[in-house]
Amino acid sequence: MLLRLWRDPAWRAVFFQVLLIALVFLGGAWIVNNTLTNLESRGISTGFDFLSQTAGFGINQTLIEYDESFSFMHTFVVGLLNTLLVSSLGVLFATVLGFLMGVARLSSNWLLAKIAAVYIEIFRNIPLLLQIFFWYFAVLGVLPSPRQSISLFDSVFLNVRGVFFPAPVLDSGGMVAFWAFLAAVVIVGVIVLLNRRQRKNTGRPLPWIKTISLAVLLGLPTLSFWLTNGSLHWDFPALKGFNFRGGVGLLPELVALWFALTIYTAAFIAEVVRSGIESVSKGQKEAAAALGLRPGRVMNLVVIPQAMRVIIPPLTNQYLNLIKNSSLATAIGYPDLVNVFAGTTLNQTGQAIEVIAMTMAVYLTISLTVSLLMNMYNRWVALVER
Amino acid sequence: MLNMDNNKDALSPVIEVSQVNKWYGQFHVLRDINLKVMRGEKIVICGPSGSGKSTLIRCINALEEHQEGQIIVDGTELNRDLKNIEKIRRDVGMVFQSFNLFPHLTVLENCTLAPVWVRKESRAEAEKTAMQFLERVQIPDQANKYPGQLSGGQQQRVAIARSLCMNPEVMLFDEPTSALDPEMIKEVLDVMTELAHEGMTMICVTHEMGFARTVADRMIFMDDGQIIEEASPETFFSNPASERTQQFLGQILSH
Repeated sequence: MLLRLWRDPAWRAVFFQVLLIALVFLGGAWIVNNTLTNLESRGISTGFDFLSQTAGFGINQTLIEYDESFSFMHTFVVGLLNTLLVSSLGVLFATVLGFLMGVARLSSNWLLAKIAAVYIEIFRNIPLLLQIFFWYFAVLGVLPSPRQSISLFDSVFLNVRGVFFPAPVLDSGGMVAFWAFLAAVVIVGVIVLLNRRQRKNTGRPLPWIKTISLAVLLGLPTLSFWLTNGSLHWDFPALKGFNFRGGVGLLPELVALWFALTIYTAAFIAEVVRSGIESVSKGQKEAAAALGLRPGRVMNLVVIPQAMRVIIPPLTNQYLNLIKNSSLATAIGYPDLVNVFAGTTLNQTGQAIEVIAMTMAVYLTISLTVSLLMNMYNRWVALVER
Repeated sequence: MLNMDNNKDALSPVIEVSQVNKWYGQFHVLRDINLKVMRGEKIVICGPSGSGKSTLIRCINALEEHQEGQIIVDGTELNRDLKNIEKIRRDVGMVFQSFNLFPHLTVLENCTLAPVWVRKESRAEAEKTAMQFLERVQIPDQANKYPGQLSGGQQQRVAIARSLCMNPEVMLFDEPTSALDPEMIKEVLDVMTELAHEGMTMICVTHEMGFARTVADRMIFMDDGQIIEEASPETFFSNPASERTQQFLGQILSH
């Protein structure tokens, strides 16, 4: 009887699966038990209580209000936001640059194709860490000191401490202008939708569409601001002591990391885009051309939509790589999650397991979310077959 | 239904190919080709594979570039001027061996893409025309399906409808039935025959000799990049002048 079950592949499969699960659980339980015993014997407390303790250290780039007196929970959020900032900047710009370079590499223009090819071969074959160092030390690091800043009209300053722009500060009428701007965005949105429908129905766009949209977008807030007697002044960055104060400043660490991540990842995205475009059969282009469609239209209406289904899965990989690679921030001291939380916070609290687990959970959550969104998009563009 | 422009002189050639030569690198694919196609004329081109027949018709809508000679389509010379190429492609429809329907668009969208983006028709107008042509090729009920959901014969009929939606002066067929099962060949040939009877100017590269016999006004036999023989179907099939043609016909008609 048992022997007969043993010869049945279905039963055998179940047996081995149960055995495997049991082993994994036993192994896991042993590790947890071992860790807890060791922590206890060394007198290290476990749990997440440390998160409410005062951090006691400053961070040089914070998107939310933060200083030394805030808790470790706040450092966590500050680090997370900094990671998200550089990742989203990177993903956005890498996508644009990657698509441009991928299309350029297939261009019939010899010079354009060669430039793209050289760009791709250089930047995807040099380690990312080295590229971060390149931008940070070799490009931004040799900029003049704040006193000798390169300035543009005495309002934009570039120096070794970063880039500083003037920021508009609204004294009054700010809220009105803000609401007017929101209203303008909604109006332009409606115009764009109407235009799309018009174009679908008649093949012709509405006349003056770009001019009108721009006029509404700029005109409405300005007009309402002016009508309500609003006043505004620009907060110019100015040299105070050893550095600039006021305005908006971009840290050289952020710029270096952003450039390196963008340029490195875009080289891979360009290859992904190229392979996607090349996967569309020549017959598709010929059929579209034979119908009288111009080359740009052939690309946008026929080739790219079909290439997307080949592009998206590896493109998702590149996005995930970029987000995870942003943790190289630590190397140049950009205050990302790994730097301020898995670095400084871990050092100060010693709560290695909790801190590392939280940091890992964050990257896992971000990555899974990106994958989920990209998979949904992929399903949307997938071809219908019999 | 086809709305052929009857004002134009029926005796003027709609396509004039003179002294055309083409090379692929060292390989001389087209040698001194001369061909005049009158409005409403149906021409069938046959010949062994590699004889340059596909290349010839692909030169007519500039999918291939010719290096020497002149091609004039409906009064427009085909040169490197993009405007001329665009105009010619609007006037010349093409059906391919491998259908080349756009798999990401429905049958109806396949048919309306070019009318909307090239001829700037309204979507409603383009859809109306498309449905008429889909009815003519007898697949209006498949309008909202995707090409991947259709049989080969159905796909090729959609491809024909898609070309007709641009209201072309001339239709080029590049071995339209070579990728089809025997039973599907008939449904495509029926559509082509009907089109011929309605007065469409057609140039067909095909090995379907039955179709050629019933439809062609003129047969052209090509070999080694040259036009070897040009004759009416009666003469062509019963009494071909060149030995090469006799040999070729002997081979394809023997079974």
